[in-house]
Amino acid sequence: MTADDQTRANGGMGATGRSIPLMGRDSEPTIFELSAPGRRAASFRTTDVPEWPAEDLLPAGLLREEPLDIAEVSERDLVGHVTRLSHRQYSVDLGAYPLGSCTMKYNPKLCDDAASLPGFTNAHPATPEGWTQGWLELLADLDARLCAITGMAAATLQPPAGAAGELTGLLLMRAWHAEQGGRERTKIVIPDSAHGTNPASVTLGGYETVTVPSDDRGCVDLGALRERLDDDVAGIMLTNPNTLGLFEEDIAEIAAATHEVGGLLYYDGANLNAILGVTRPGDMGFDIVHMNLHKTFAVPHGGGGPGAGPVAVGRRLVDFLPGPRPVRGDSGWSWQTPPKSIGRVHSWHGNALALVRAYSYILASGGDGLQRVAERAVLNANWLRHRLRGVYDVPFDRPNMHEFVASTGSLKRSSGLRAVDVAKRLLEEGFHAPTTYFPLIVEEALMIEPTETESLQTLEALASALERIAASPEDAAAAPRTTPVGRVDEARAARRLVPTFDARAADESDRLS
Amino acid sequence: MPDFTPHTDEEIEQMLAACGLSGTEELFTAIPEALRLAGGLDMADGLSEPDVVVETQRLAARNPGADLICFAGGGVYDHEVPAAVRRLGFRSEFVTAYTPYQPEVAQGVLQMLFEYQTLVARLAGLAVANASLYDGASALVEAANLSVAATGRKTVWVSEGIHPTWRSVLRTFAQGTGHDLKPIALRDGVTDWPIPADGNPPAAVLVAQPNHLGCLEDVKTAADLAHGVDGLCVVAADPVSAGLLRSPGELGADVVVGEGQTFGTPMSFGGPFVGLFASSLAQVRRLPGRLVGETVDNEGRRAYVTTLRAREQDIRREKASSNVCTNQTLIAVAFAIQLSWLGTAGLRELALRCARGTRYCREALLAIDGVEPLVSAPTLREFSLALPVPPETVVERLAEEGFLAGVPLEPGLHQREGLAVAVTERRTRAEIDAFTASFEKAVR
Repeated sequence: MTADDQTRANGGMGATGRSIPLMGRDSEPTIFELSAPGRRAASFRTTDVPEWPAEDLLPAGLLREEPLDIAEVSERDLVGHVTRLSHRQYSVDLGAYPLGSCTMKYNPKLCDDAASLPGFTNAHPATPEGWTQGWLELLADLDARLCAITGMAAATLQPPAGAAGELTGLLLMRAWHAEQGGRERTKIVIPDSAHGTNPASVTLGGYETVTVPSDDRGCVDLGALRERLDDDVAGIMLTNPNTLGLFEEDIAEIAAATHEVGGLLYYDGANLNAILGVTRPGDMGFDIVHMNLHKTFAVPHGGGGPGAGPVAVGRRLVDFLPGPRPVRGDSGWSWQTPPKSIGRVHSWHGNALALVRAYSYILASGGDGLQRVAERAVLNANWLRHRLRGVYDVPFDRPNMHEFVASTGSLKRSSGLRAVDVAKRLLEEGFHAPTTYFPLIVEEALMIEPTETESLQTLEALASALERIAASPEDAAAAPRTTPVGRVDEARAARRLVPTFDARAADESDRLS
Repeated sequence: MPDFTPHTDEEIEQMLAACGLSGTEELFTAIPEALRLAGGLDMADGLSEPDVVVETQRLAARNPGADLICFAGGGVYDHEVPAAVRRLGFRSEFVTAYTPYQPEVAQGVLQMLFEYQTLVARLAGLAVANASLYDGASALVEAANLSVAATGRKTVWVSEGIHPTWRSVLRTFAQGTGHDLKPIALRDGVTDWPIPADGNPPAAVLVAQPNHLGCLEDVKTAADLAHGVDGLCVVAADPVSAGLLRSPGELGADVVVGEGQTFGTPMSFGGPFVGLFASSLAQVRRLPGRLVGETVDNEGRRAYVTTLRAREQDIRREKASSNVCTNQTLIAVAFAIQLSWLGTAGLRELALRCARGTRYCREALLAIDGVEPLVSAPTLREFSLALPVPPETVVERLAEEGFLAGVPLEPGLHQREGLAVAVTERRTRAEIDAFTASFEKAVR
């Protein structure tokens, strides 16, 4: 084994995992345990403002009696603490992250720099529009580019995440149908392979979910869909390519059938990466599209967010969009709210700095680069499926788009290897795990999305790791062994809830007494 | 122009061959020909990195508003973000990680969130806090949803002291949930309790502390009122004010939400920020979004993991009471780092410095002829003025002088037009004096 192999075998956490102190393996006390009375990091600007005591400024009844206990640490201790914690964290910048449906691609650093420019970061959102023309121009140009990419007429950039975009889209449907008049529509159709956010958003949108099954090819069962379509249906939500990584080949027929009963089509943009510059939701017949800028357009995921979930619509829905939106006039850009707007979905203009990141990525990529993204993402996923098809089950073994779903179904029956075991073994091989147990319609599912930014060498190393894992199922039970902690007791976390440091302290004093 | 994909031509051929394909276009045969985009996107080719820098710098330079000395608030405040927070908040281990689905390789993010939850719970004076929501407004929407789910009632009483844009977001989402939002008016700057009973007891009473006029509310009365009809008390609390004020939980709040931008995040034209959400233990199974809990690994070592997952949308699907998936973890991490940097003494000093600057500035502006208090209730970091000229005009005139004067208040709500002015710990006496001098000219 070379040193590099050893590092990989140890989960990228150092040459021997345990031998380098402080680098990932040792547990880190909480900031509260590092605290010592009287220590401090904070300093403040010299202002020369009169130093009135609190009692002279505020009514006594409102004041707290003791200062709120935070922690008392030096800046050096704080920096050490957070840095050591960062060594206990896997990330895209460290290695491959084939987490299906999440599009964990490498995000170019130029986007970080663009979003750090003081002209963007220091602007208060209530600044008069004459003083933030650059912001409005950027947002309007991003809006136009997202519409060009999706084939839609106009967008709102307010939704801060994909799920917020979904709910925005459903409220747009509601407003649209209300204007059409007639009996109130109550149902939204969703395939059984859909993300959980879809049905949850449907409920919050005031609708009822009707599930349509997938056929034996992994796509929406067109016959079953037709049975469910009637004038109670407000619309259908689809991910295309779907969560199996398969393109819904009947999309034109689905669109026609939905429109025929007066329903609208909602495009869940989770998998937009697969079709950039190749086809567009607008051309497929979709009326409303949300995009996950944190998947497709290089906004980093930040350990769970922030993202951005703009929603683009066809011409007939433009007047219902949330507002205000940037509009060009004779004297420059100004904010305007569309005439039949559903209202605000964010207190300001959405996750604005995330929008700058996406904008700079789109500028750098251009039309040619975005098309290359889809081509390479689909190439990588197909190559990996071909490489692994003899090792793992591939329930829908035909040309896929940006991701594919494998399964340990056969391996589980022959050797007990489950999807979760593969995930934990991959961690000690130095990769992040794929998405497991989703979509729900595949047993022991491993949803693998390599993304376009991983090289052939990385894909080969990932495939080799997955082959080794399948060949040595006996290693699974103890995995992962080289990660900062071993397999985590999730049941205990739920049974004995410790959501804060103070709950732990109370729990410990309980046990001592 | 920069190619973010690593493939060489030779590798592409080799990979296509391994898939039994002879060209890239064959990768897309599942897409019907009629739907293919002939000739690619209608968009210029990519720019080189330095060219993108030039273009984004051009746009950033067209925001002279970013250089104004800031006296605006309205939920977003110009607080100091120290170098340590900026540097740590940009560590790519945090920036480029996904949601901690694999806890064995996500202890960094999970522990930071555990510390964040602890800090938010302490600020709120409640037992538990989630791992963040999008922003203050979305946290308020979730609090209303939680209250409706907890009580089975559809009516929600909303104090008009809550920021107008937050109330606007509440109204938007009520179109879907069908919640009946009953506005409760202000009287002289604070919510006009008590409310006459109208037969429909509320799921919750929603009140802001301080409210959008900057005034300090009587949270205890709101809580007693809510509890008197078996409803919940939801407080939208400012976390900086928590450095001086008794916590909402101590005064009876069941749920505390807030905008966390004030700790660790620049004003950023309104986002990304972080929605704070804390509740009593009684509501923990209705908590929206993710929750991190402490546990152990297979060798008994301390470890952290997302817990009570059965609440969440990916498991509960159409029965979920929240659809939140992506949250604002990175901003929550910055929040926790900044608050730890401030520390126990620093948080109190921060709040005190805001209150001192606010008083100094308020007294100076009220000495100007024609400038009057809009309301008289006590304030901490923001106050509202009635002006002899339209507030938008004052804001425009003061921008010419280098100041962002404040946030104009909705006319009609308080009978008179007004301006909300905020003063943070960053404003010096010299800045406030210069602002006052310019203000005097602007209201003439």
